[in-house]
Amino acid sequence: MSLTRRNFIKGVIAGGAAASSAAYLFRGGGSLLGQSSAPGSVERLLTLTVNGQARRVDVMKQETLAMTLRYKLGLTGTKLGCDRAECGACTVLIDDVPHYSCSVLTHMVRGRRIVTIEGLAGSGGGLHPVQQAVVDEQGFQCAFCLPGFVMATVGFLKANPTPTREELAHGISGNLCRCQDYDKILTSLMRGAEYLRRT
Amino acid sequence: MAETHIGRNYTPPDHVAKVTGRARYAEDFRAEGMLFTKLLLSPMPHARVRSIDTRAALAMPGVRAILTADDLPDLNGAERALTNEPLYAGEPILAVAAVDELTAAEAVERIQVDLEPLPFVVNALDSLRPDGPNPRLTGNAWGAPAPGGQGPGAPAPLETIKWTSEDFAVEAQGQLPMGRPLEEWSYGDLAAGFAGAALVLDETFVVQSTGHHPMETRSAMAYWQNGKLYIHASTQSVAQTRGNIARWVGIDPTQVMLICEYTGGGFGSKGGGAVSMSIPALLSRKANAPVMMRITREEESYIGRARTNMTGRARIGFARDGRITALDLFIVQDTGAYGPLGDHRSAGNAASLIYQPPAMRWRAVNVLTNTPPRSQQRSPGPMQANGIIEPVITKAAKQLGVDQVAIRRINAPEGKALFGPTLPNGRRNHVTSAFVKQALDRGAALFNWDERKARAGQRQGSKVRGVGVTVGPHGAGSIGWDAIMTIRPDGRLYVQSGVGNLGTHSVIDLARVAAQVLDMPWEKVEVIWGDTGKHLPWTCPSVGSQTTHAMTRANYAGAMDARRKLQEIAARDLGGSPDDYEIGGERVYRRGSPGRGLTYAQAARRAIELGGTYDGHELPGDINPMTRDSATSLAGLGLMGVAKDNHPRDGVTYSFVIGFAEVEVDVETGEVRLVDFLGVGDVGTVINPRSLLAQIKGGSCLGIAHAICQKSVVDPRYGVSLTDRFHYSKPLTILDIPARMQADALNLADPETPVGARGVGEPPVGAGYGAVLGAIADAIGVDVFRRAPVTADIILMSLENGRRMHEPLRAHV
Repeated sequence: MSLTRRNFIKGVIAGGAAASSAAYLFRGGGSLLGQSSAPGSVERLLTLTVNGQARRVDVMKQETLAMTLRYKLGLTGTKLGCDRAECGACTVLIDDVPHYSCSVLTHMVRGRRIVTIEGLAGSGGGLHPVQQAVVDEQGFQCAFCLPGFVMATVGFLKANPTPTREELAHGISGNLCRCQDYDKILTSLMRGAEYLRRT
Repeated sequence: MAETHIGRNYTPPDHVAKVTGRARYAEDFRAEGMLFTKLLLSPMPHARVRSIDTRAALAMPGVRAILTADDLPDLNGAERALTNEPLYAGEPILAVAAVDELTAAEAVERIQVDLEPLPFVVNALDSLRPDGPNPRLTGNAWGAPAPGGQGPGAPAPLETIKWTSEDFAVEAQGQLPMGRPLEEWSYGDLAAGFAGAALVLDETFVVQSTGHHPMETRSAMAYWQNGKLYIHASTQSVAQTRGNIARWVGIDPTQVMLICEYTGGGFGSKGGGAVSMSIPALLSRKANAPVMMRITREEESYIGRARTNMTGRARIGFARDGRITALDLFIVQDTGAYGPLGDHRSAGNAASLIYQPPAMRWRAVNVLTNTPPRSQQRSPGPMQANGIIEPVITKAAKQLGVDQVAIRRINAPEGKALFGPTLPNGRRNHVTSAFVKQALDRGAALFNWDERKARAGQRQGSKVRGVGVTVGPHGAGSIGWDAIMTIRPDGRLYVQSGVGNLGTHSVIDLARVAAQVLDMPWEKVEVIWGDTGKHLPWTCPSVGSQTTHAMTRANYAGAMDARRKLQEIAARDLGGSPDDYEIGGERVYRRGSPGRGLTYAQAARRAIELGGTYDGHELPGDINPMTRDSATSLAGLGLMGVAKDNHPRDGVTYSFVIGFAEVEVDVETGEVRLVDFLGVGDVGTVINPRSLLAQIKGGSCLGIAHAICQKSVVDPRYGVSLTDRFHYSKPLTILDIPARMQADALNLADPETPVGARGVGEPPVGAGYGAVLGAIADAIGVDVFRRAPVTADIILMSLENGRRMHEPLRAHV
């Protein structure tokens, strides 16, 4: 029996299971991505408010905020752990509310205030209280998930500045860590809540 | 040594970069003209590529190059990054480089690959059946390793082994068939051990496979400059990955510039890097432009490695007091599409260590399947041994009326305990030290074991609690690595670290030892890491919990060398013999007259003036060539401490973590809630307390996940993965653990290493796994499950029917 890959995939899809090879797609606009827009595509020059600054950026219609931040604005502190709203590594604040930036289209956030991990520290370079607490408690290990956890916490604390451990755990339960000392993560973020109340 | 650094918390120098987002992982780098690549993955679990038609793809604007297996160097039969005979669904066949990812993905879709489907098998036992399919054209199992081991890259022997239908007859009773093994060893009088036993149990258990799934996938970006390969990638072991990349790409190690300052986790899946690193490297050369390879989470679930699953059968004899009289262990290991791996051997060794059976037999077959490739995952082998054997110990304790802590204590290793098979020299290996009984005692007290035990088994509405305890072991240290450090005229100590920065902090912790020996304030210590262009010493791979032991030893040796040189320079300039001089306060000074001495900065300048051995122009003869090259590059910068760790060691270094768990099971919903958990480490001297306790808790959580939720499943009909996202593979979340977890360590020095420290990363995994499995059995019965994870459906079906209901011998359910 001879099968081409395409025919096989068609068969498998019909059977309800597929091995996807084209998982995330994007087409670049800026020089960083090496190609100008394809003819006829819907492209828009937007102004985004990121970390208090107005940033002009050329955005594809299907582009996610995570990709814009990472590949157009050079804000690589926002991590992609799954790109499918499962792990929370890409969490940023949009109008003070935590969102998975992998699952937000950049076109949807015009006029909204976006804050990333790079925007937390004060203008004088001092760490945000939650960041300082994470340093003081050595809250994370490999720290790839750290920006997402910190952004989720900062957002959660805006709504509930005096959480119990259980409440904060629920607040950040949309974030995965694989080094998995969740206990120490929670301790460091609870200390962050305490620091924040004192400022 | 004054206790100024060792055993104290400190803030590693990378932490501010981590919390501000400035820490750059592999996918955070950019290069001018950077292309992107997408991979074409095999949709079939086993096939042969008959032809590839790339014409339509290459004709697309923006497509720059296509890399196939024909472009890769031959690795002597070992796994390569691309293949013409895919052995699992998801194995990469080719890679396209294009100006952006969408173009690359579209190009992949336009490539016609003519695949000839081949027979496949996803369950190791099915491959052993009389008429079972082979996962490869050349066989289905790895043979025993050749005596004396195999050289790197040497092809391992592949065999075809089939068992008889008579062998499979016991399958109906849910027991593992035990046909002809391919490997075995034994010691002691097994028959006498069983004959004299008061109780003999014989149980089969299925330990599942799980993907490693570090938060950072194995993305990598590569470019070439002046004939050298520059690669930003993710590895657990910077110094040890350089040679692997060179081999995978087919160039000399000195032409590889690997940059990896931050690694987003590895857990064994990035031990010496990843073979996929060769894709952006070779594509970049072919396309003559930098290439970024972003590995998606789905791709990570195919190429990102997984734990070997095992079906194990343990027949164990017990005396009335719970002491084991004989242990007969049979393991069918599944190494997936590649291998061979040694988890099954480590499992046998670990079992003989933590249960100290006076007689033991270990038999195994190491089978391949057409499923994603396995690699060592955090506690490879010992953790699986805990899974197979702990339920039997738990059941025996119940039947004998012996306390669960007591039965583990009476069987626990102590001191220089023996383990493993009899060696060709007629002796058995022994460990450097074991304080397991003290750790059990400490843990039982801290956990209020007796109190919790008393409330176990009592129904509160639909809920019932249970407690469990397990000794998790793992090898914990190698010897013989090198260190380089320099005290420079600025008065600071620069320590070169070839360890990967995978989150354990051992990359920095090793410098704490150097600072301690040289009595250096921590703020004057610089650690140089994360870049093979930065003159790194020959360093252990950060796998097998060996780094803390190995590199504290090496840096102790290097610092002692620097200290001796300080004393020699002082004696030369100020008179007397080197032994008349002491160090302290960043000075080397005459004993009894602190005024007569040199500051470290002065000594560094003198070292440069004197040259020779003092500043690295003459080097010890026994250091590795890599260390020699690095030290030569650093020569003349200051007073150099450079040495190989030659400290003697009697025994093999092992560490132990004891897990204590209390769970609450809802017998109406099947939900398992972890009420409390404690891990107690017998892991030697504590170097970095906060990090060490994080290892115990984090490692335990990986074990807990294996007990209650995480798994990998491959569909047996199509051979495709059904758990290729977090949502399906179900790693632990913060809501799966109690609001507080506890950890502690004995902090008893290992006598066979100058710093006293052993490794800690791996032993807690088996401790968490076994303790939670034991606690569930304690709550709802020792015969409810014989596989993990213990999910609600397993619990409910078994409880409802009053007997085990799950098919015990299928790997993928």
